[in-house]
Amino acid sequence: MGIVRRLTEKPWLAPGLDSSIDPDPDGLRTLPAAAVGLRLYFGVATIMFMLIAVVMVMRMDGHGLSTDQQPDWKPMFWPPLLWVNTGVLMLSSAAWEWARAAGRRGQMESLRAGLVAGGALAVAFLAGQLTVWRQLEDAGCGLTATTMSAFFYLITALHGLHLLGGLTVWGRTTLKVVAGGEAAEVEQSVDLCAIYWHFLLLVWLVMFSLLLLNRR
Amino acid sequence: MTSTTIADDTRVLHHPKTWVGKYVWSQDHKVIALQYSVTAVAIGLVALVLSDLMRLQLGFPGALKFITPSAYLQFVTMHGMIMVIYLLTALLLGGFGNYLIPLMIGARDMVFPFVNMLSYWVYLLAVLVLVASFFAPGGPTGAGWTLYPPQSILEGTPGRHWGIILMLASLAIFVVAFTMGGLNYVTTVLQARTRGMTLMRMPCSVWGIFVAAILGLLAFPALFVAAVMMMLDRLVGTSFFMPSLVSMGHQTDYNGGSPLLFQHLFWFFGHPEVYIVALPAFGIVSDLISTHARKNIFGYRMMVWAIVVIGVLSLFVWAHHMYVSGMNPYFGFFFASSTLVIAVPTAIKVYNWLLTLWRGDIHLRAPMLFAIGFIFTFIHGGLTGLFLGNVSVDVPLSDTFFVVGHFHMVMGVSPILVIFGAIYHWYPKITGRMWHAGLAHIHFWITFLGVYAIYLPMHYLGFLGVPRRYYALGQTAFIPHSAQVANEFITVAALIVGAAQLVFFYNMIWSYFKGPKADSNPWGATTLEWQTPQTPPAHGNWGPKLPVVYRWAYDYSVPGAPQDFIPQNVPPDGVARHHAT
Repeated sequence: MGIVRRLTEKPWLAPGLDSSIDPDPDGLRTLPAAAVGLRLYFGVATIMFMLIAVVMVMRMDGHGLSTDQQPDWKPMFWPPLLWVNTGVLMLSSAAWEWARAAGRRGQMESLRAGLVAGGALAVAFLAGQLTVWRQLEDAGCGLTATTMSAFFYLITALHGLHLLGGLTVWGRTTLKVVAGGEAAEVEQSVDLCAIYWHFLLLVWLVMFSLLLLNRR
Repeated sequence: MTSTTIADDTRVLHHPKTWVGKYVWSQDHKVIALQYSVTAVAIGLVALVLSDLMRLQLGFPGALKFITPSAYLQFVTMHGMIMVIYLLTALLLGGFGNYLIPLMIGARDMVFPFVNMLSYWVYLLAVLVLVASFFAPGGPTGAGWTLYPPQSILEGTPGRHWGIILMLASLAIFVVAFTMGGLNYVTTVLQARTRGMTLMRMPCSVWGIFVAAILGLLAFPALFVAAVMMMLDRLVGTSFFMPSLVSMGHQTDYNGGSPLLFQHLFWFFGHPEVYIVALPAFGIVSDLISTHARKNIFGYRMMVWAIVVIGVLSLFVWAHHMYVSGMNPYFGFFFASSTLVIAVPTAIKVYNWLLTLWRGDIHLRAPMLFAIGFIFTFIHGGLTGLFLGNVSVDVPLSDTFFVVGHFHMVMGVSPILVIFGAIYHWYPKITGRMWHAGLAHIHFWITFLGVYAIYLPMHYLGFLGVPRRYYALGQTAFIPHSAQVANEFITVAALIVGAAQLVFFYNMIWSYFKGPKADSNPWGATTLEWQTPQTPPAHGNWGPKLPVVYRWAYDYSVPGAPQDFIPQNVPPDGVARHHAT
C-alpha cells in the first residue's frame, strides 16, 4: 500500500480492522527490525560522509578566503597502495555476497569460506590503510601537512572506524559458525553484514574518487 | 520475521531478576525513560542556576565578585548548550520518546532494547564529560553556545585549554548516544505498531517524536562532523576552520581554513535542532489539549502533515542564523523565504489547537493550563520569529536582547511549558500516584506570568540596542538608564521563577510517596498507554495479549457513546458495553 494512501487515510471514519488498510502486521513487515535499523543508519552515515565531502569541495574552491589570502589547497602525494586497498575492499564485499548467497541456499561450507574471506580481506584493507598513513607521513604528507591530507586522514579514519564496527559483528558471527551454528542461525547477521560491507564499499568509492581528484 | 516486541509471546522478553538489572542496567524502555529524564533534569538544574547567576550579574553588575567577565561568558555558554542539547533534546526524545512510543503504539518495548540501554549510558557519559569541564583547569569553554571558530579555540577565550576540548568531546559522544536512541525510536514506530495501529491512527505525540527523531538522525551528523573537525584544529593543528591569523601578537600555524564552514555545519544541525525540540512538544500539546478539552483534535490529518512539512522545511533554513556573517544577497533571499514559509504549517497547527479548544468541554487542570500557556508563548515567540526571519530586520536586531527574548519564548519557554504539562499529564500513569492540584496551579501561574515578566522586557531592551552576551554595559551613551531598571526587574523575576520550580519538585517528590493513589485512566484518555492492565505499567506493558487498535486516538465526546471517550482498543461493537475503569 502506497505511503500517500496511508497518509491520506481518514482515521475518524470506520472504526474497526480494515484488512485493506491494515493487513496482518506480521505479513506487512517483511523486513526484520535490524534490517530497517541498519538501512536507517545508512542514511545517517551518508549524511555524515556527504557533509565532509561538501566541506572538502568548498575548501578546494577556496571558500571563505579573504581577497588578500592565497589559496592553500594543494594536491597530495598519492601512494599507489591505495589502488590495491580499493581492490581488496571490493573483494571483501564480493566475499560477503558469496557468503550471503550460500546462506540462502543453506550451504554451510561456502558460507563459512565467504565469511572468513570477507572478514580477513577487510582486516587486510584496514592494515593497508594504516600502511598508507605511514607512507604519507614518510613522504611529508602527514595529518597537518596540508588541508587535503587532513581531509584524507579524517575520511579514512571515519571509514575505517565504520569497518571496525562491522568487524565486531563479523567476529560474533564467526564465533557462532565456528561453534557449529546452522546457516539459519547466522543468516540474518551475514545478510546484514553483506549489505553493510556493500554500503561501506560505495562510500569508499565515492570518497576515493573525490580524493583522487587531488592527487599529485 | 517478527520482532519480539510485537509478539504476544512474552517468554522471549528479557526479564531481569536483580535490583541492578531492573533499575540500573535496565533494558525496559520505561526505566530508561526515567533514567534519561532524571539525568536531563539534573543537568538542566545546573543550567537554571547558571542563568540566575547571569541575571544577577546583568541586574546588579559587580555585586557578586566571583562572576568575572570570563565566568560570565562560561555561564552563557554552558547554560545555552546544556538547555538545548542535554536537557531539551534528551528529555523530549530520550525521556518522553522512550516512555511513550512503545506504550502509545502498543509494543512491549523498543525494538532494540540493548541499544536503547546503551544509548542512555553513552548519554550519561556525554553529560559527565561536560560536567568535568567545570572542574578542569581554566573551567568550561566560554566561546558562546555556537562555539564559532576561530575565537573558540584561540588564546584568550575562557576554557581554551580544557573546556573546549571536553565540550567538543561531549558533543561527539552525545551524537553517538542520540543516534542509537534515534534509530530505535524510528524503527520502533515503523516496525512494532500493534495490530490495527495504522500510521494515521497514531496519536500526535508519537508523530511529533517520530518526525523529530528522523530530523535528529539527519541533523546531528553535521554537529558530529563539526565537533570532530574543530577538535582536530584545536588538538592537532589542522586548518579545517582556522584561517591564517595573528593571535596575541603571534602568527599562528593555521592557514587557509574557513570559519564560515563551521557556521554552516553548526546551523545545518542547529536549526533542525529547534524543531527536534519543537515537534515532540507540538505533538504532545495536541494530545493534552484534545484530552482535557474532551474534543477530537481539529484537523488531525493537517496536524500530521504539518509536522512532516515543518520537519522537511527545517532542513532548508539554516543560514537565517548567519545573515550577519555575510552572504550572497540571493542566498539571504532564499533563506528568508524558506524561513517565512515555515510560518504556514506552523500557523495551521496554532489555528487547529485553538479550534480544538473552541466549544470544548475544557477542564482547567494543570496539564491543560500548561498547554494553553504554551499556545500563548509559542504565538508570541513565533511572531517575533517572523521579524527576525527578514534579513533587513535581523541585521540590526541580531546581536541584541530582542533575539534572546525571541528564542527563549519560542524554543525555551514553549517546550518547557509542554514538558511540565506532559509531566503532570502522565505522572499518574508513571508513578501510580496523583500530584497536589493546588501546588500545581501555583507552579503554573508563577511560571507562566514569570516568563512574561522575564522575556517581554527583553524585546524592548533589544529595540533600545542593548547587546546580548555583554558582561556589563558600562557607560554606553545610547542606552538610557531605564534599561538598567528593566534589567533589575528581569533579574528579580528570573529569581522568582527559578525558585518557584522548587514547588514543582516538592510536589513531584511528595506525591510520589504520599500522593493519593491514581486511577489507571484519571483523565478519561483514549490512547493506549492509559489502557495498560497495571498502573504503572509492568515489564512488557500489556500482560499476555497485545492490545488491538480499532479506532483513532481522538474519539472524544462521540454522539451516542455512553461516555465522553472511547479508548483506541474498544471494538466498534464494544462501545455500548464499554465502561471506564
